[in-house]
Amino acid sequence: MLVVVVSFVVFLLVDLSPVDPVQANVGQAASLSMSDAKRAQLEAYWGVGEPLLERYGRWLWGLLHGDLGTSLRFDEPVAQVIAERAGASFALLSIAWVGSGLLGFVLGVVAGMAHRRWPDRLIRGWCFAMTSIPSFWLALIALMVFAVALGWFPIGFATPVGVAQADVTWADVAHHLALPAICLTLVGVAPVALHTREKVIEFEAGEVADFCRLRGEGPWQRFWRHGLRNVALPAITLQCASVGEIFGGAVLVEEVFSYPGLGQAAVTAGLGSDVCLLAGIAVVTSLLVFGGNFAADVLYGVVDPRMRSARGAARASKEGPLASLVDRPEDYDVPNASTGEVGRGGTV
Amino acid sequence: MTDEPRAFAGDARGGLPHEARAHHTGEAHHHHTHALNSRHPGHHHLLQVEGLSVAFEGYEPGAPFLKARRAFVPVLHDVSIGVHEGEMLAVVGASGAGKSLLAEAIMGVATQGERIEGRIWFDGEAQDEAGLCRLRSTEIAFIPQSVSCLDPLMRVGEQVRGMPRGKGRARREDAARRRERQRELFARYRLGEEVERLYPHELSGGMARRVLLCCALVDEPRLIIADEPTPGLDLALAHAALHDLRSFADGGGAVMLITHDIELALAVADRVAVFHDGTVVEETSVASFASPELLRHPFSRELWHALPEHDFAVTSNTVR
Repeated sequence: MLVVVVSFVVFLLVDLSPVDPVQANVGQAASLSMSDAKRAQLEAYWGVGEPLLERYGRWLWGLLHGDLGTSLRFDEPVAQVIAERAGASFALLSIAWVGSGLLGFVLGVVAGMAHRRWPDRLIRGWCFAMTSIPSFWLALIALMVFAVALGWFPIGFATPVGVAQADVTWADVAHHLALPAICLTLVGVAPVALHTREKVIEFEAGEVADFCRLRGEGPWQRFWRHGLRNVALPAITLQCASVGEIFGGAVLVEEVFSYPGLGQAAVTAGLGSDVCLLAGIAVVTSLLVFGGNFAADVLYGVVDPRMRSARGAARASKEGPLASLVDRPEDYDVPNASTGEVGRGGTV
Repeated sequence: MTDEPRAFAGDARGGLPHEARAHHTGEAHHHHTHALNSRHPGHHHLLQVEGLSVAFEGYEPGAPFLKARRAFVPVLHDVSIGVHEGEMLAVVGASGAGKSLLAEAIMGVATQGERIEGRIWFDGEAQDEAGLCRLRSTEIAFIPQSVSCLDPLMRVGEQVRGMPRGKGRARREDAARRRERQRELFARYRLGEEVERLYPHELSGGMARRVLLCCALVDEPRLIIADEPTPGLDLALAHAALHDLRSFADGGGAVMLITHDIELALAVADRVAVFHDGTVVEETSVASFASPELLRHPFSRELWHALPEHDFAVTSNTVR
């Protein structure tokens, strides 16, 4: 269902977009000087004039048979293009995802524990700055400073230019990956850090923390024993759900760094009206985002005992009340004489 | 708490402070009278609080909205209270009168923007905030109102055991001691072994009370402060919860029971401290509630009249 809706929207948008696929792909000059016969041939190749629903139906039928279609732009099967690009993107995305999650969580915890003191102000200010800065702008600045001015990192691509694929070392790959990964990580930090900070403050102000305090647990002891498990769960959920945002950032960052990943392929496909490739990428990413959200849901159910027993109780309620939830009278062997009759009405 | 440590010398009212003087059982001293089982080992109280005031930073009360300046608004003022070993003192007052704040102040927990002044002695020794923090984890235990104070994601057994203290080997030994103590307490308070593995939300009301009591007892405290231990419990469970506290006091410990339920207090406690308008207006033995003539303060007498077995007479400003 999700796949059908997403891919249909992609087809619809491409159909509505004013981009002329022929002109976009052969260039303006060539498009003007082209003969009419050539033009008609190319238009047929790009499917101009074919009704939207017909094209979509054909694509969907292919999808059902495991065929994602052919990328007109790259002249390769879409599945192959995505597989090639996904490898490069996967490294970038997973580093950024894990990195921003961990860094964001740690920063959030530090800020929350130092509520209203200078580390909190610093981290919060930084997070607000990161949320307001567009990721491509940060990428451009990073590129200018670290790649162009300082020359610490290459200015683009996933591997060195002019080196045969077989001669590329892991160090080369890591070196090319570093700057885009750092940029994406920094951009992704803000939501999880701010969210975690909020949760830590909420926990510290709550009854559970009060009771811990009264039992003599110091702030960090309290955090390791109780805070961490209470705060980590929402943070993990958020991070799982933010796969889409990281991917959105990757589209722009990859473009800036000329990094040949899925994001860049999506931009190329979009600008070139390569509807099959675009739809393919949209389907893959929507499945990725869906997977992230689904994982968050499953994780919650597995980790939180309240969710677990709610399910257990739902199952057990068919069989009768839970034995453990019922107070048994034999638990209370209290002689009434010793305490006297305790009245329950006379409140002050 | 205050900046200066609470010192023995230099009592503002002249002469030696109460705690520095030896005094004897049965003596009516320092604005309170004793119950039969109030004991003074070493001739002092287990807990003595004098002139305790708690103020919150806020805006001047009564001032026009825009003109109000920041000021300390007093919530508790000049509270004096004493708890003896082997007795149960009930602090009785209306909800919202600041009784829970009193407990927090005694345990040395201050929230932001709170100013606490006064002197506190524990077992004859003056305490400052650091001292109270040390006592809080060893000698004074707190029983909260509800099971929602327990970590919802941690098994009950581990929470009762609490945090082991010390480092390295001492820590492991303390952890082992706590485990043993927790098992012993669960057996004593009719909690099955399977309860250890439950999460707080799986506990029934009565079990929760006993679990919270076990939390307090695991550190083998000498004073337990229980904040409203009975709301939400039916009569039998309330009986049971109070019976457990009573037996702790009978075993030589001290209990400070904070409640709004005067009947309940009279049924189980030895002495009653009547809390009214942010201070303790009278601290007297339960026996004094036999007739209104024995009560000194008008508010205490109003309380007496409000008891169901009396005339239910509610005079001018009883209920707040």
